[in-house]
Amino acid sequence: MNAEMFIELVYLVSATLFVVGLKQLQSPATARRGNAIAALAMLVAIIATVVDQQIVAWTGVLVGVAIGSLVGGFSAYMVQMTAMPQMVGLFNGSGGAASALVSVEEFLSNPAVVGGSTGVTILLGTLIGGVTFSGSFVAFAKLQELMTGNPITFRGQNVVNGLLAVLTVGAGAAALGAFGVQDTLTAFYVFVALSLVLGVLLVIPIGGADMPVVISLLNSYSGIAGSAAGFVIGNMVLIISGALVGASGLILTQLMCKGMNRSLANVAFGGFGGTAHVDKKQIGKRPVRSTDAEGAAAELGYVNSVVIVPGYGLAVAQAQHELRKVGDLLEARGVTVKYAIHPVAGRMPGHMNVLLAEADVSYDKLFDLEQINDDFDKTDAVLIVGANDVVNPAARDPNSVIAGMPILDVDKARRVIVMKRSLAPGFAGIDNDLFYMDNTLMFFGDAKGSMADLVKAVRELA
Amino acid sequence: MGELMVGLYVFVLATLAGREVITKVPPTLHTPLMSGANAISGISIVGALVIAGHAEGTLQTVLGIVAIALAMINVVGGFLVTDRMLAMFRKR
Repeated sequence: MNAEMFIELVYLVSATLFVVGLKQLQSPATARRGNAIAALAMLVAIIATVVDQQIVAWTGVLVGVAIGSLVGGFSAYMVQMTAMPQMVGLFNGSGGAASALVSVEEFLSNPAVVGGSTGVTILLGTLIGGVTFSGSFVAFAKLQELMTGNPITFRGQNVVNGLLAVLTVGAGAAALGAFGVQDTLTAFYVFVALSLVLGVLLVIPIGGADMPVVISLLNSYSGIAGSAAGFVIGNMVLIISGALVGASGLILTQLMCKGMNRSLANVAFGGFGGTAHVDKKQIGKRPVRSTDAEGAAAELGYVNSVVIVPGYGLAVAQAQHELRKVGDLLEARGVTVKYAIHPVAGRMPGHMNVLLAEADVSYDKLFDLEQINDDFDKTDAVLIVGANDVVNPAARDPNSVIAGMPILDVDKARRVIVMKRSLAPGFAGIDNDLFYMDNTLMFFGDAKGSMADLVKAVRELA
Repeated sequence: MGELMVGLYVFVLATLAGREVITKVPPTLHTPLMSGANAISGISIVGALVIAGHAEGTLQTVLGIVAIALAMINVVGGFLVTDRMLAMFRKR
């Protein structure tokens, strides 16, 4: 067996370990080991590469590795769990940029002879990597509130985007020597710049509420960018792992779109609403019944089963820990407590689960929509904290703007307590019929304060 | 069959394998899945090492080092933050 073949086999081991690692993510019990296996796979691939390539510029390589590891490691330990979406966005962006740079370097190393399928591969790698890079940074800026989270739209936006896409293709063709272009290098730089602009324009029209979809989609792009880099340098382990990530991101994108009952095209081109035929003046004008901490404690403390529905308002108020205390106290009283998590409860797929895990809620008490929806008619009381559209029964009305959106069927429970600041509408901009139902009690106030009061009130129950 | 075609075969089959494995990941773990997958996409570190190790000229050397640094942010940060999250998933 020659050396080249040996290296190829080591890469194969690495690719296999990636799949095995991802497979272990299928259960919370094995997931941590799965992540470690994937990290090992990465180490194997890196060592194989270093051994295989007669690296001449060692100093530079080591400097790059040191800087990257320090920055990455530091960020990973410092980041707050609520800030996870923007962190993943940043990591996505760095990965995309690295993939793009691989393609850029390949072009620069020999711009004159690049042509045919190799040239197209290089351009694709540059484009996807570039879009991932700039798109991810815009998503980061939106989530971090460095810029407005609202959709940025202007007249003729789609025309401008279309024109830009045509220009990008043109610049790409010119970089490969089409149209009799001599200065292919300049054409390539124009192509790189246009790719970056395209990434920005694709993300700015998307609103804050749609960020889970965007983050998932960019995650998918970062994988495909890695694959493209693999095609450029002819390396299978890049192609395989990139494809795995691409598939993962795409699945999550589809799930998020389904959770919001919207098509990807609808998210990408903006325009959530149809709020035109909603009479905004009528929102919050109907009478509701309200309660306080003592009232809510009595409703929750003397029953058999309680389901808690946390929404993003909970995370914004940082009230997860108090919520868990309420859950613990209820369990100590013999109440069965479950947590129902809507797919888009957080700012990225599974975000709410992480926030509750951080607050030390046992993962076997977290249920997703399909698992728990049949249980609500057997549930004594539901406690909703900072969630709105995802529990709006209007989704069952075919004439509603949120018609068909998957919702948690909380209205089927015997008693519903909604902890919320006001009757203000959620992202969908419509009134929530749940608030006005006979079995609903509104518990107005800030989630953190209300939850602290509730902890005290449950503790004082006889 | 050319190298490009082999690559395409591998890409398509790997995508299908990924689909099979990942659809079975429970929603509870979707955030760690995403950050873990994200770390895996840092595999472009391999490409970055290849180009940086052979870089000629200042521009290419600098770009190569930047590529390595960016890929390592993705790899190290991604795997560590995923581990940090998964460590919090406990059953009591």
